[in-house]
Amino acid sequence: MKYKSQRVAYLFFATSMLLLSLQIVYGFIMAFAHLGYDVLHPVIPFNAARATHINLLVVWLLSGFMGAAYYIIPEEAERELYSPKLAVVQWGALVVVGVIAIIGFHLNWWEGRKFLEIPRELDYLVVVDVLAFLFNIGMTAWTARRLSTTGAVLFGGLLSAALLYLPGMYTFDNHVHDSFFRWWVVHLWVEGVWELIMGSILSFLLIKLTGVDREVIEKWLYVIVGLTFLSGILGTGHHYYYVGTPAYWLPIGGIFSALEPLAFLGMAAYAVTMMLRGGRKHPNKNALFWTVGCGIMSFVGAGFLGFAHTIPQVNLWTHGTLVTAMHGHLAFWGAYATIVLGVIAYAMPGLTGRQAYKHWSSTWAFWISNVGILGMTGAFAVAGVSQVYLERKSGMDFLAVQKAIEVHFVGLVLAASLFAVGISLYIWNFIQYGLPQANVEGNSSVVAQAEPAAAE
Amino acid sequence: MLAKSQAKKFFLGGTIGFSVVFLGLTVDTLRQVPARSHADALTQEVLRGRRIWDKNNCMGCHTIFGEGAYYAPELTRVVERRGKDWIRLFLHDPAKVFPNQRQMVNYGFDKDQIEDVIAFLEWIQNVDTNGFPAKPDLAPAQVKTAGAAGGKLASAPPKFKVVCMSCHSLDGQGASVGPALDNLSGRESVTGKEFTPEYLDKWLSDPQAEKSGTAMPNPKDLGVSLEERKEIASFLLSHGGPQGGVR
Repeated sequence: MKYKSQRVAYLFFATSMLLLSLQIVYGFIMAFAHLGYDVLHPVIPFNAARATHINLLVVWLLSGFMGAAYYIIPEEAERELYSPKLAVVQWGALVVVGVIAIIGFHLNWWEGRKFLEIPRELDYLVVVDVLAFLFNIGMTAWTARRLSTTGAVLFGGLLSAALLYLPGMYTFDNHVHDSFFRWWVVHLWVEGVWELIMGSILSFLLIKLTGVDREVIEKWLYVIVGLTFLSGILGTGHHYYYVGTPAYWLPIGGIFSALEPLAFLGMAAYAVTMMLRGGRKHPNKNALFWTVGCGIMSFVGAGFLGFAHTIPQVNLWTHGTLVTAMHGHLAFWGAYATIVLGVIAYAMPGLTGRQAYKHWSSTWAFWISNVGILGMTGAFAVAGVSQVYLERKSGMDFLAVQKAIEVHFVGLVLAASLFAVGISLYIWNFIQYGLPQANVEGNSSVVAQAEPAAAE
Repeated sequence: MLAKSQAKKFFLGGTIGFSVVFLGLTVDTLRQVPARSHADALTQEVLRGRRIWDKNNCMGCHTIFGEGAYYAPELTRVVERRGKDWIRLFLHDPAKVFPNQRQMVNYGFDKDQIEDVIAFLEWIQNVDTNGFPAKPDLAPAQVKTAGAAGGKLASAPPKFKVVCMSCHSLDGQGASVGPALDNLSGRESVTGKEFTPEYLDKWLSDPQAEKSGTAMPNPKDLGVSLEERKEIASFLLSHGGPQGGVR
């Protein structure tokens, strides 16, 4: 850690850990409901559990991105954060909005639009909060002597994400228009500007962990985010196949969605190549695992499974089934959860001055959670494909099909339990690091390289 | 070898170029949507139905246009599939229609609200969705009997068609949630007892009392009067015994 103000990142990282744990709890509530044990139905009906599950995901990832930005931007801009106090206030506001939203979901207070369930009144608070965040980060970058490409791409991604939240805040009478612009937010976030954030964090971590020349890494960062937009912008078309929009979106969405894996393949090749090229033997192998794991799992989950699901002639049958859940879980894990866990794994030794990455739990957390989520993806795949054939292709009744595929949710719960063990180990490891210290000196990679006899 | 400045140009050029194309297509899409979605049919009733849909986060369990969650049925064509009478019955008290099964929240909608929801779903059904949801292409062909022009169903009581056939089939038509009801007379019931006129009447008067935990709702809860129930029972028993029929 080079700058004292980077410490504020810890608050955001800790919040991410807490929300991730809660997200998993709500995931289990939903899985048990699918198994027929919907015991919480009177208190937490499925739609409340579902809205909570996916919004916790969005908020813990955003909190992780914000923490990452507060950690990375000072280092890339080579100055203290513009206002650490504002960062703390902004963190508090984010938590307050999150808590109110989640309580609201349980009281039937929401917008009822997938991923954008947060009620309109709270949307305005989100806007104020994000403006405060961008102002703080922006002023840090603006008043810096220089800002690296990595820093600029990160800021660009965060700013675009904020701007793209706005189309989701307009009310349309026509449900088709509503659906059309909802994807401007959701798709252009996760298959667009969030990839700028992911790519820049990946770039930052690769620079720090592999020792490969910054110019080389940042050149490829441009190529990869270039590929992301080249495919991802018109790839939005795969959401416009069957929602009342013109038929030309079928070929356009189909072709550009087929190109989307290229960007993720680029990410995977990028991470692996830089790791292999890197001469520096950075001791924080755990951070490197998560970084390279992000590249690979994002290709499998977002790239490959996304491609398989969005071919128009396949999507006609799989659209709106558990096949989407299969793709969704591994895509969010690979592309976004792992990069946040990676940047936390990298930043914690710098923030706290401790090397808890040497503890066995950090390595096991990585492998167990990844194997767990692959198992979950498999369970969703079997349930989803069975649903497609029984319900969509053979015309069996919905509830009869759900009964027939119930058994696959046993597999899901088992795999999810394994996943939860992995995440628990990660959080335990996070707690072992302790609180950030005021007197940590030097930059994190130096601290990490020192192979100290100091605190373990 | 690619220089960093060239990579930057590739990123900026590609992003700006494709954004412009995307915006152009957006303009054209917005131009076409009113006709494709019959925007002129967006009555106050439809809009109120849409608000009910959003306010209760129906998308948190169901899908329309394939969008939403996968815990409850796809509803793009539900009005065509179930009929308005059945939806009225169902929304009035969902648990009574599917006892002991996956539950929907009872929102306590009044009659007007139910009509608004139906109006919204009917509007959704008429949107041109490029063929979604597709007709099942591996479904067994409908059994056509000799009297295809009417068959047994021609003489079926109206309530039988609305209520019973949303789960059961007769003459190859209807749904497959519960057993087919062809040739019921003398058939063995799920309780192991034979369907005689007396037992069918007993079963229909309170299925839960006969078999605890059954998914069969009580016809009384579905708005079937005593007279209608008797009419349905005698209609079902008038089709002969199990010989040659589907058990």
